[in-house]
Amino acid sequence: MNTLIGMIPSILMIVSPILITAVGGMICEKSGVVNIALEGLMGVGAFAAAATHVLLEATGLGMPSIWISLGIGALIGAAFSAIHALASINLNADQTISGTGINLLADGVTIFAAQILFSADRTREFKMGMQTDSLGIYPTAYIALVVVVAAWFILYKLPFGMHLRACGEHPHAADSVGINVKKIRYIAVLSSGLLAGLAGGCIVLTQTIQYTSNTINGRGFIALAAVSFGRWRPIGVTFAAFLFGTAQAFAIIANNFPALRVLPTEVFNILPYVITLIALVVFSGKNYAPRASGKPYIKGAS
Amino acid sequence: MKPVDTRESFTSRMLSSDGAVSVLVVLLGFLVGTILVALVGKNPLNMYKAIFQSLSGYNIDNGKMNVRYIGETLNYAVPFILCGFSMAFAARAGLFNIGGEGQYIMGLTVAQVIGLLGPNVPGLHWALAIIGAMLIGAAWGGIVGILKAKYEVSEVVSTIMLNYVALYLSRIICLQLPGASTYKTANFPETALLSNGFFQAITNNSMLNNGFFLMGLAVVVYWFIMEKTNLGFGLRATGFNREAARCSGIPVVRSIAISMAIAGAFAGLAGGIVALGSFRYGRVLSGMDNYGFNGIAVALVGNNTAIGTMLAGFLFGMLKNAQALMQGKQIPKEITFIIQGLIVVFIALRSAIALYLAWRSKRQLQKEVLAK
Repeated sequence: MNTLIGMIPSILMIVSPILITAVGGMICEKSGVVNIALEGLMGVGAFAAAATHVLLEATGLGMPSIWISLGIGALIGAAFSAIHALASINLNADQTISGTGINLLADGVTIFAAQILFSADRTREFKMGMQTDSLGIYPTAYIALVVVVAAWFILYKLPFGMHLRACGEHPHAADSVGINVKKIRYIAVLSSGLLAGLAGGCIVLTQTIQYTSNTINGRGFIALAAVSFGRWRPIGVTFAAFLFGTAQAFAIIANNFPALRVLPTEVFNILPYVITLIALVVFSGKNYAPRASGKPYIKGAS
Repeated sequence: MKPVDTRESFTSRMLSSDGAVSVLVVLLGFLVGTILVALVGKNPLNMYKAIFQSLSGYNIDNGKMNVRYIGETLNYAVPFILCGFSMAFAARAGLFNIGGEGQYIMGLTVAQVIGLLGPNVPGLHWALAIIGAMLIGAAWGGIVGILKAKYEVSEVVSTIMLNYVALYLSRIICLQLPGASTYKTANFPETALLSNGFFQAITNNSMLNNGFFLMGLAVVVYWFIMEKTNLGFGLRATGFNREAARCSGIPVVRSIAISMAIAGAFAGLAGGIVALGSFRYGRVLSGMDNYGFNGIAVALVGNNTAIGTMLAGFLFGMLKNAQALMQGKQIPKEITFIIQGLIVVFIALRSAIALYLAWRSKRQLQKEVLAK
């Protein structure tokens, strides 16, 4: 039991970035744009945060450097997601193709930039990552909590959130009552980029000491799974992120449990994906996804 | 009748031709890549020297010729082309197969298992391994098709999930193989390898192997199924309009499952060829090889046609082979990933062309009405 309680901080460390990204993906789909670029957006955010932190740390800035880096990571994530916004909102592009392109592009851009800045296929190592509080919990857990609560409040308690959800359910109806569908979808896509970039920064500053091409390792796709498994609702997405994050954590810490040591650690890596697949089959028929999700909005066309 | 302005109609013709737009998109990708290389203070000419060398084997800097580079480019192209077919085949039936990577990994895994444990009979051994790879690829794709057709599970989500299931499953399986360490297994017996002595002799010991023939065969099969059979017609009809296809008696559910299974078989074949053609030992994968993901780009550039996908696959093979040469000339090899990513982003943006053409024809109509 004590070991289980002792594990809570590391589980929170792994869950937080997945949850932050999943909330971003949820907001984006709620507005009617599917974002499978989350993985790539986390990557650029993580790289930007790691690179900024390494460079600022060298100037002797100290702790503020962490927070500035997180901010930069988030901003770069948002900037990168503008490509997806332009393609899927203004140009009626296929959102899956655009997302795939951004994922491929992010792979190249991050390591290319590392080659230019640090002459290696990874960023230089930084000395001090984010520090835990007296309970051993990283601040990222509190950030995630704030993000979830804020997203729930905005989406379900403010007029803006209702407008956003209307754009994802029935953009023509939303348009007819004077809601600016394009503007709202832009805000949603850019916030998903912002949150994914922030989450990337959280991963790199808490779980490792440098950015490599393996830093994100599918966690953007886990977040995407959490959105479907959580049925596009804040509480469901939170639950899903916890479930998947805990499974990920077990892949790393299963060695502490003699009973679990007989299983290959990969079993825990597989869990989130298999659970999502099963859930999608079990809940099929009832469609929880926003109805207009993934479809470009063409004014006037019915 | 008014004479048609030839310059105008030339632009529209170019913009409404899929092939021309693909060429444009690729050129645009290279252009932005070149600008990026120049911006970070490297000489873009070195990038093109590397690409030229991987294409022709000729080293411009010292005037030496090495045909091995040509062989390697052709060999690298094989999995790109086959994974491209995986994406393209599903796309023709109206499905977006992001799962090429998982189907590829499963093919690779089964080929490695049969390669290490199979019967050491010359001829039979590698054939069994390749067939096994295709079958598991077909199963891995077929699951997606069934989930889609029966339970309406989005193939985009399920293929992404299955990619990672495949990756970790492959690790679990390969770690049990003889001589497995954390990253490789024992060497394959000779009978399992796809190596071709003749190819090695004419390409100065490149890795080019019998997989090249299998790829050629796959091109013909792809073209034949799509253009010449009832099955292909049904698939394409399903892709164009699912409801209309259902109404005209085409079994849509079966069409979807079969098309995903065949798509998976192409990617599985790619995995089998890479496992037994390009390596002498089995690999315990720690990450994706990315052939499956790049196959999406290959099919998009090739407009899902047999010839177009093949040409696009050669382009990607050439870029991959140029990576090491670029690194030797102080050009970060990741520029090739950037160019590939840019190409896909530009393909997504090509929907702008349709908007532009619609806008222009509307304006022309307005002009004609006003002139009357």
